[in-house]
Parts: sequence; structure tokens; C-alpha cells
Amino acid sequence: MSRLTIAKTYKMYIGGKFVRTESGRSIVVENTKGEIAAHTCHGSRKDFRGAVESASNAFTSWSGITGYLRGQILYRMAEMLEGRREEFAAAILTTQKITPAKAKKEVDASVDCLVRFAGWTDKYHQVLGCSNAVASDYYNFTVPQPQGVVAVIAPPAPSLLGLVALLGAPLCTGNTIVAVGSDLNPVPTAILGEICQTSDIPAGVINLITGKQSELFEQIASHRQVAGIYSAALSKKNRILVEASSADSLKRVRFNTFSDEDWYDGDTVASPWNIEPFVEMKTIWHPSAC
Amino acid sequence: MRKPIDTVMVEQRATSFTRRSIKTESKQQGLRLALSMIDLTTLEGKDSPEKVRSLCHKAITPWECEIEPPLPSVAAVCVYPSLVQVAKRALEGSGVSVASVATGFPSGQYPIAVRLNDVVEAVKSGADEIDMVINRGAFLSGCTEEVADEIAQVRVACGKSHLKIILETGELETLENVRIASDLAIRAAASTGPINDGEVFIKTSTGKVSPAATMPVTLVMLEAIRDYYEETGVRIGMKPAGGIKTAKQALHYLVMVKETLGDDWLTPNLFRFGASSLTNDVLRQIRKQQTGSYAATYDFSEA
Repeated sequence: MSRLTIAKTYKMYIGGKFVRTESGRSIVVENTKGEIAAHTCHGSRKDFRGAVESASNAFTSWSGITGYLRGQILYRMAEMLEGRREEFAAAILTTQKITPAKAKKEVDASVDCLVRFAGWTDKYHQVLGCSNAVASDYYNFTVPQPQGVVAVIAPPAPSLLGLVALLGAPLCTGNTIVAVGSDLNPVPTAILGEICQTSDIPAGVINLITGKQSELFEQIASHRQVAGIYSAALSKKNRILVEASSADSLKRVRFNTFSDEDWYDGDTVASPWNIEPFVEMKTIWHPSAC
Repeated sequence: MRKPIDTVMVEQRATSFTRRSIKTESKQQGLRLALSMIDLTTLEGKDSPEKVRSLCHKAITPWECEIEPPLPSVAAVCVYPSLVQVAKRALEGSGVSVASVATGFPSGQYPIAVRLNDVVEAVKSGADEIDMVINRGAFLSGCTEEVADEIAQVRVACGKSHLKIILETGELETLENVRIASDLAIRAAASTGPINDGEVFIKTSTGKVSPAATMPVTLVMLEAIRDYYEETGVRIGMKPAGGIKTAKQALHYLVMVKETLGDDWLTPNLFRFGASSLTNDVLRQIRKQQTGSYAATYDFSEA
């Protein structure tokens, strides 16, 4: 007798919990043959606001732990992702007409990307900060510090790698994240919540929303608790919209354009120059030791 | 004979108040009303005169902004007895009252003479309102007469200052006990003389015990107030305190008051919120309605 397959209910991941959207809306995800492959949450502006509250509450502890510990937690996330490579590759292949080998390559690159950011957690200070030259008997240091809540608007594709690469950069320094996943294929975003849940990432540090990005741009940019926005592959019209609405709260807005090759190049996506936009520089003086 | 409290029904009914849709203009009105009902509270060991002064400033002008019509002040500032004078001076002429906790707050585990003296001193320092705690130990051991007698003595010691009677419902275990304590407190206060509107409140909690104010508990207390009003025509006030942190919760409570007691109680004279962080969330929602964009927590001064 043939077995009835159990289809998974994809939820969003907010405040360490798997939740449905408060709006009750859903999106039908079609596979490459035009058949229904999944239903995912169609997140609302209210979901976004709730996620910002969670991220904001999680900021003090996440930014307060040592970089070393943050690195271990990100590495753990990479370990969990490594263990579920097949599932993620299959999720990517649902909507994207690419070869299975390419999908696997995307998952591998995502794992590697997380490992790179895990490495940066206790090293970005040395690269981005400095001991400033002064002409007297004291020290002067500039140290980078995380800003707060950073919103990530993931590119349509690569749906997993794009999300991981964009959230990793602000995350590794101690910022907390509200990410809106790929419009094209929301399934990898929905599953990534399960990776966060099983990898010691504290509740609220990473919040993942699926839905229609265009509905949320203005809300993301005008929300004053959001300190920065990181995105790639936004159209010029949307970039202008996001920048204009961000001006009031002086957000750090970073739009990157990565080519297909760039996404797979760890040196490019996990460069410290993608970490730098989401830190605040603090300069302090210190009496000299003598 | 009063019917016993049906816990399941009380919880159902309390939940039903959270399902009302309050939007746009009515929301704006509700938020402003909630703001005007707040007893801005600081009850910590580390409270200092400067902290109280800054809190008083916040109480008078919750948010420095150009907004039409201007925002109301909160109802009162609630402090420990030793800081009453500081608050009194800072609030002079503002219309904001000074409330003081007394009677050995929060435990009430002191000899009655000490507790009464606590009240007398607070009143002497200028407290307009006294928040007393009942003797829960005596109540739970069945000595209800002792509890009633103490409440009566405290009301006499209050003189012209208004009295809020804290039941500390988190320690009373059951909703039936909450109702018994409510009735007891109201009758004890009434035994010492007539009560004008708003002169006597019953209050859920000290804020030092968890759970503090919950909707079912508040509903039971509101029903006690309603029954007493129907019997005597006297309006007793209500103050839920502790755990009310968001504007949304505050609106739920207002719905509950309106649907249980009616519009007469929708005034700071008869209904208060004991809270501190609630103020900023209410301001945040008011700002959201006004400007369309969502404020950051650091946009408002600390309470």
C-alpha cells in the first residue's frame, strides 16, 4: 500500500519560536513544474515589528558575550547546516532550475560562509579598530562595537547562501538580526530557523520572516529601532525608497551587488568590509602605563 | 448569598476582552486615557531623591513634543514614604498626586503600631494617596476580623488622604480568596465612615510578587466593586499593578472596566494602572499613530 506523505508546515522563526504569521496569510510556493510544492507564511508588517522587539531584547546578551563564544555558536550553526546538506539542496531545487550539483555547491558555500564569520567574531576588532598615533603621554584607541538590530533583506537567489552571507556579517559582531528571506524561494529561509533553534543561537538573535519583501520595505526603513539595513540585489527604485525612509533615523544602509561568482567567493561575501558598515566606532583615550 | 467564583468562566470572560478591535481614533483616545490613569511608580531600594525628581518631571510631561491636543499628565507618582517630600515639592501645582506605599510595604509583616505610624508619617509628609498592604498571613490563617480591623485603623490614620488597599492577589492562591478579600477590604474601609467616589481603591499587587496583576484577578475585583455599587451606590476605585507593560494590555484592561463597570469608571479618579514601563510603550503607540513610523525605545526618557 502506498504511503501518504506528510507535508511539512513551514513557519517563521521569531523570538526563538516557530510561529505562523499573525495575518493568517500564506504563500503558495510552486516547483519548477508549476505544481504546488509548499505553503509558507506571508509575513506582515506586524510580524516584522514583533521580530524587531525580540531582536532588540536579545541584543544586550548577544553583544555582551565574548567574541570567542559567539564564534563557537556560529560554528555550531555551520555544523548543523552541514548535517542537513541534502535537505537544503532539495529545498533550493524546488523552485530553481539549477543542477543538483549547483544546489549542493550553494549549501556548501553557505556552511563555509558561516565558518568564516565564526572566525571573524574575535578578530574584527583587530582589523577594523586601531591604536591611534598621539603626540603625548597617553594612548588613544578606536574600537568597533555592534549597533543593535540590523534588518537583512535577502536576495531572490541564491536563496540560502544570499541569506546566510548577509546575516552573518552583522551577526558576528554582536548585532541581532531580523531577516526577510528570498521572495523567489522562501523554503530555505523557513528551514534555516530549525538550524538556529538547534545551534545554541539564543532566542531573538536571529529572526526569520518569509513573505513579500516589497510590502515591508517602508516599515523596515522607517522603524527607528532598526539601526542598519543590509541588502543585495534590490532594484534602483527600491534602493531609493529604502534610503529615503531610513534617513529620519540615520540608519546605516548597505546595498551590495554581488555577481553569481561573488556569492561563492568567501573572500568577497565574508570580507571585513561587509562587517564594517554595521559597527559603531568608539574612540577612547587611556593614560599610558609609565 | 453570593455565588461561588467559577474560575473557568472568569478566565474565559477575561480572555474575551482581549478580542475587541480598537483602531485609529478610539485607539488614540484609549491610549491617552490610559496615560492619564498611570501611577508612575518607583519602589526600589536604590531610589534616590534625584531619581524621584526625574520621575516627577516625566509624570508631568510624559513626552516633550509638539502634539495636538497636548498629552495629559499621568495621575500620580508612587514612591516609598521617605521620598514623599521630594515628590511633593517636585509636583507642586502640577495636578499630579503623590502616592506613597505604607504599612510596612511590601510584606506588611510588622507590628500594627509600626504600620500605622508608617501611614501617619507618609500623610504628614504630604502623601495624597496611601497604598497599604493587607496582612496576608492573617487572612490566609482565617483571621479575617483582624485584617478588617487593621484596614479600618489604617483608613482612620489616612485622614483626608485617599486609600488604596493592596490585596497581593499573587499570594491569595485562589480567585475565591480574591473575591473574599475584596469584599472584606471594601466593607472594612466603609465601616469607618462614608466613602466619596475615588476615596478608596482596591489594588491587586505590590509588584514584588509574581504573578502580579492578571486579567481574571482584576475581573473578580471589578465584580466585587460592581456588586458593592449596586448594593450601596458607592463607587470604589480599582488599581491593577505589576506586569502591565504594553499599551495593548492597557487597552484590554480599559475594555474590561467599561464592560464590567461602565463609563463612570473610565476616569483616573476611579481607575489607575500601577506601572512604570507602561508609560513609554503608550507613548510609543501614540507616536506611531501620529507619525506613522515606529519609535525606538531610546526615543523616550527613562521612567
